Amino acid sequence: MSRLVVGPFNRVEGDLEVTLEVAAGRVRSARVNSPLYRGFEQILRGKDPMDALVFAPRICGICSVSQSVAAASALASLMKLEPPENGRLATNLILAAENLADHFTHFYLFFMPDFARDVYRHRPWFTAVQARFKAIEGSAAGDALPARAKLLSLMGSMAGKWPHTLSIQPGGSARPVEGGEKIRLYSILREFRRSLEKTLFGDALEAVAGLESARDLEGWMAARAPDASDFRLFLEIAQDLALEKLGRATDRFLSYGTYSQGDGFMFRRGVWEGGFKPLDVDAITEDISHSWMAGPAKPQPPAHGVTQPLAEKPKAYSWCKAPRLNGDVAETGALARQVVNGHPLIRDLVAQSGGNVRNRVIARLLELALVVPAMESWVRALEPGAPFCHHAPVPEEGCGVGLTESARGSLGHWLEVRRGRIHNYQIISPTTWNFSPRDAQGVPGPLEQALVGVPVQEGETVPVAVQHVVRSFDPCMVCTVH
Amino acid sequence: MIGPKPEGINVLWLQSGGCGGCTMSLLCADSCNLFEMLSSAGVRFLWHPSLSEETGVEVTRVMERCLSGQVTLDALCVEGSLLRGPNGTGRFHLLAGTGRPMIQWVRELASVARYTVAVGTCAAYGGVTAAGGNPTDACGLQYEGDEPGGLLGVEYRSRSGLPVINIAGCPTHPNWVVETLMCLAFGLFSERDMDALGRPRFYADHLVHHGCTRNEYYEFKASAEKPSDLGCMMENMGCKGTQAHADCNIRLWNGEGSCTRGGYACISCTEPGFEEPGHPFAQTPKIAGIPVGLPTDMPKAWFVALASLSKSATPKRVRENAVSDHQVITPAIRKTRLR
Ligand code: SF4
Ligand code: SF4
Repeated sequence: MSRLVVGPFNRVEGDLEVTLEVAAGRVRSARVNSPLYRGFEQILRGKDPMDALVFAPRICGICSVSQSVAAASALASLMKLEPPENGRLATNLILAAENLADHFTHFYLFFMPDFARDVYRHRPWFTAVQARFKAIEGSAAGDALPARAKLLSLMGSMAGKWPHTLSIQPGGSARPVEGGEKIRLYSILREFRRSLEKTLFGDALEAVAGLESARDLEGWMAARAPDASDFRLFLEIAQDLALEKLGRATDRFLSYGTYSQGDGFMFRRGVWEGGFKPLDVDAITEDISHSWMAGPAKPQPPAHGVTQPLAEKPKAYSWCKAPRLNGDVAETGALARQVVNGHPLIRDLVAQSGGNVRNRVIARLLELALVVPAMESWVRALEPGAPFCHHAPVPEEGCGVGLTESARGSLGHWLEVRRGRIHNYQIISPTTWNFSPRDAQGVPGPLEQALVGVPVQEGETVPVAVQHVVRSFDPCMVCTVH
Repeated sequence: MIGPKPEGINVLWLQSGGCGGCTMSLLCADSCNLFEMLSSAGVRFLWHPSLSEETGVEVTRVMERCLSGQVTLDALCVEGSLLRGPNGTGRFHLLAGTGRPMIQWVRELASVARYTVAVGTCAAYGGVTAAGGNPTDACGLQYEGDEPGGLLGVEYRSRSGLPVINIAGCPTHPNWVVETLMCLAFGLFSERDMDALGRPRFYADHLVHHGCTRNEYYEFKASAEKPSDLGCMMENMGCKGTQAHADCNIRLWNGEGSCTRGGYACISCTEPGFEEPGHPFAQTPKIAGIPVGLPTDMPKAWFVALASLSKSATPKRVRENAVSDHQVITPAIRKTRLR
């Protein structure tokens, strides 16, 4: 048995260190550590409640809008405020633009470049992949960056800037859209759609979104040359490397639901454990037995959680806490969202092979195909001239909860106000779920589980398969420990 | 004036106690192709945490080569504040895989770098990570708020003789970074190009107020009262655009945005200490009804006199639109030819 410490881990957001016990060419066990702590929950104490709108997005530059949305909805629940229809649509659009840009960036800049590494030079697809995806130099970056920047010009219009907008408010959006702007927003989306249809999928978004089973997907693949599109190329690699056998975690999936519509969501809230279950938010707790944190030994519901760093603590190995649902480990992210929501392709893939590297990537790309058409309809539904924001005073005392989905999964903010100031603010971010350390029972978090059994080749100091598994979660370490 | 051929610069980019937002913002540079443009100017990334291929020991090897002089480190870019806590140990941020505090790596690398560049307000002055009780003892590379010093100390100079270049902003604008790196690559950056707080003057010699679309409301002191109102946000909503050094309303964000165009106040994110304004961000502190933070360069008596005069002259259109979320009265149509 040998021990391998892997870090700094690049192309993930923030800092990550993974300690692996390796035996007979496979990972026996893994410990995941987030070696950076900043203390936003401590910083927020004593602040004016509305100042959460300034601080929360700055927890993370990659999902800053999700943080805004969580903070704004925690405040909205405290203020008993409902945004008008326009405010709801604007928030959906801003959030979706960030989430999609995130999926898109992850695929092109963070995930695919690993297949252009030298270890794969003997695979049949290597030349094509290297030309397209080599880090910084590959041709894909030249296509992806301008397309991404263009999509995010929607943020320029609707949110002032990205990241770290302040336009998302508890009562809606501070940036009303005026008459002529609808068509500009619509053109931005059409242009992004074109680039997805042309280079990423090589097919209409609706056709991709309409794939209903693993068999459908195979048929889609068979009808196209391996290098017909970037998605097709990924499927080729996935098949060759059997990525569906890599990185399986707990197969218990969590989604808070997102893109509000009517009295629910476009992607519904719930839990999937071989079958759908409604989510009991009160069943969420955080365990700190293996975190460099001081506090009660018993796992705490976030509303009563404390965040008090304690650098020297026996058994602890991460700044990250261990969130649990009814005491169990849960995975969150695009795959979880689509399983919970019941997309037939994803349900079928998960029924066959569970949560794994391939299925996580497919679910993310599928969301691009599902959400762009929805965004087009939201833009059409905007009504310039009607209100974008409702207003109410902030109560002197009370509690609020804000739950949303960022690209990489379920994000929750729990807020308590006393005498007009923030008394407690606790955050559980998606990577906190996925990259959680062990709990008091010794149960490893999802990534720790997903890494068990992953092959480590002779002489590898940074096993490439480990990198695929880690990046398949699209982790955001700065969020994890805030 | 741009030299015949850039010599090119080797850039090592590190992230510490920030949010990664300055990198995310950089990727929004809406010029043709960011990577091609940088490389055409000779900007080469030795390593960037989000973009490069190397990971794990391959990275520490790159850093060691810089330290030993095998590779020339031209620009050390640091994003995120430097975490000195707990108790000066730097343990709040150990560089993964090395067990060593990031502040130690940064100190050593800064001693061999030709230029040291703080990307964003965190790395420049401490930023949001240093807010509240500053639980991690965060500071900037050469400042702690507006106090010179920070991690590297007042006397620090990089090999070129320059102090730390502070591309402040939260996040920083992609083009502020691209242009600074390109200036360095072309050898076009000297101490004269930095303002008193170490910021590149090409953007810091402007005020956010310049080019704000709400300037007509400002002239008449027709003020927004709540989020989504169209009026000037200085009087009630905490806007610091008349004091904040940046060209946000001249050089727009993400194609066409800026904070004020996005419907919210400038919180002066390019200024040291912006994270603790001493009042709720979205409220203007006032004494006797007059905003405390008056425009830069403007004597108070003048401001008060002009404000009351202009308020009395406010056209109905401006007054009513200021507190609406869309134009309720459009500008009148007049014949503009001489008659
Ligand atoms: S909103 Fe701010 S930047 Fe715009 S005119 Fe008013 S004070 Fe100036
Ligand atoms: S407008 Fe003000 S707060 Fe916004 S980015 Fe510019 S300087 Fe920062």
